[in-house]
Amino acid sequence: MNFIISFFKEPAIIVGIMALIGLVALKKPISKIVTGTFKTIIGFVIFQIGSSAIADSLGVLGTAFQSAFHMQGVVPTNEAIIALVQKNFGMEMALIMAFGFIVNLIIARFTSLKYVFLTGHHMLFMAGLLAAILTAVGFSGVELIVVGSLLLGATMVITPAMVQPYYRKVTGSDSVAMGHFNALTYVIAAEVSKRFGNKEHSTEDIKVPEGLSFFKDNVISTALVMLILFIVTIQLADNSVASKLAVGGNITVFSIMSAMKFTAGFVIVLQGVRMMLAEIVPAFKGISEKIVPNAIPALDCPVIFPFAPNAVIIGFLASLAGAIAMFLILPFTGLAIMIPGLIPAFFVGAAAGVLANAQGGLKGTIIGCFVNGAILNLLPAFLLPLLGNLGYANSTFGDSDFVFDGIVVGQIGKIFSKVGVYGLLGVILIVFVGLTIRSNSKNAKGSKKISA
Amino acid sequence: MDIVTVCGMGMGTSLILKMSIDDILKKNKIDAEVEACDLGSMLGKVADLVVTTYELKSQIEDKGYNTIYVKNVIDKNAIEEKVMEAINNLKK
Repeated sequence: MNFIISFFKEPAIIVGIMALIGLVALKKPISKIVTGTFKTIIGFVIFQIGSSAIADSLGVLGTAFQSAFHMQGVVPTNEAIIALVQKNFGMEMALIMAFGFIVNLIIARFTSLKYVFLTGHHMLFMAGLLAAILTAVGFSGVELIVVGSLLLGATMVITPAMVQPYYRKVTGSDSVAMGHFNALTYVIAAEVSKRFGNKEHSTEDIKVPEGLSFFKDNVISTALVMLILFIVTIQLADNSVASKLAVGGNITVFSIMSAMKFTAGFVIVLQGVRMMLAEIVPAFKGISEKIVPNAIPALDCPVIFPFAPNAVIIGFLASLAGAIAMFLILPFTGLAIMIPGLIPAFFVGAAAGVLANAQGGLKGTIIGCFVNGAILNLLPAFLLPLLGNLGYANSTFGDSDFVFDGIVVGQIGKIFSKVGVYGLLGVILIVFVGLTIRSNSKNAKGSKKISA
Repeated sequence: MDIVTVCGMGMGTSLILKMSIDDILKKNKIDAEVEACDLGSMLGKVADLVVTTYELKSQIEDKGYNTIYVKNVIDKNAIEEKVMEAINNLKK
């Protein structure tokens, strides 16, 4: 009995079972089922191994940053915080991800919002965030999993729905949707662009130099930022603190190696997540095609990059500028310092750029993405106090919807306790029902007209 | 036959491409393994065919792989045309 309980408490086993069920449901051959299940489990274990490397070097950075600037410095990188989350909430995270997807399918099946979210790593991160934040609010056990899955499933439908009016302007159809948890800043960037920009002057009319595409190589961009960050921070830290961290070795060499260790940990985490998702996402897709035949798949943000390649570069640069501006303002606010991340600036900035360009051209893209970057680098500061012990972890979530969800659920839970969170679920349910009834009556009216 | 799909992170665009190509292969009754991979770790891979987007062209074209580039990863017809052409060339 002890074996069985321990077995099912292991998050790697839970994700393995998820893959197993998916592969069996899709009637894959035995060899595929066996390799797929094992690869998923091993992927999760690789992810756990990378986590400890990241945790070590984040500890070094945190101590040095505190000594250098007398403030808490935070790296908003999903892969880093999720590595820490899985240590405490691995089982809850895996279960919320699995059941959250089922909730997504149920909502898509029975309401007028047909979105099925297929970006696996964002599902995983959101599940981790919800596990952490709901625990801080006082949930545990089965209740935690149920509430977390309902919130995850709802978010997986609401965020693509929010972005769709702007997404449609870019792709020209409803065949795909945005499956990337930055709906908040995407909508803000597009709206700002619409107000301040001019659609006539598109980003695609100008010539943009190539050569920034190496930022798409996540290993290089992470290594670059971490090198600068570790070297500067450790140089500015107290000598005694720095040499204690370096255990007597050369401080600069130690800085370089810590940065490389962080990047290596990041690569291992990505490798693990990737191995796991390569099995789970196709299984999820196969299941969704069977259960929700007219589903609109919500896919990762780079899907829209080819629609406006210049806006990708301009959106990235403007977002980075916005993030750096916010980084310079933060020390005067008393909030924790968010260190601008190149990865969110690139991926979120680029996608926001494409969406903003369709609303307000070049000028709108620049202004909208600057705002996007500033918000991305500000919001996580408000999430930290709500994350409980994880708030002191020197890392946090980097995309706006994780942060927004965390702040909403965390604040509601803090003020109204569990009842508030149930109230929130009730409101979401009413909205879903309301939207469905409205769209049904619209359809009914439409068909009446045709028949008349 | 081994096909590798590549993108920056190895779990977004490349996975979308992998799923499309899996469908295409099934439709055309071709037996091949399709793997999604990131730019950093693709160098050690053995592949008969690499499929990626034009954005990564400058970083992949000199690596010596038999590579095809797609513009829009949700345009299944265009992907099918290119992938099937490449596979037919491989068979020759």
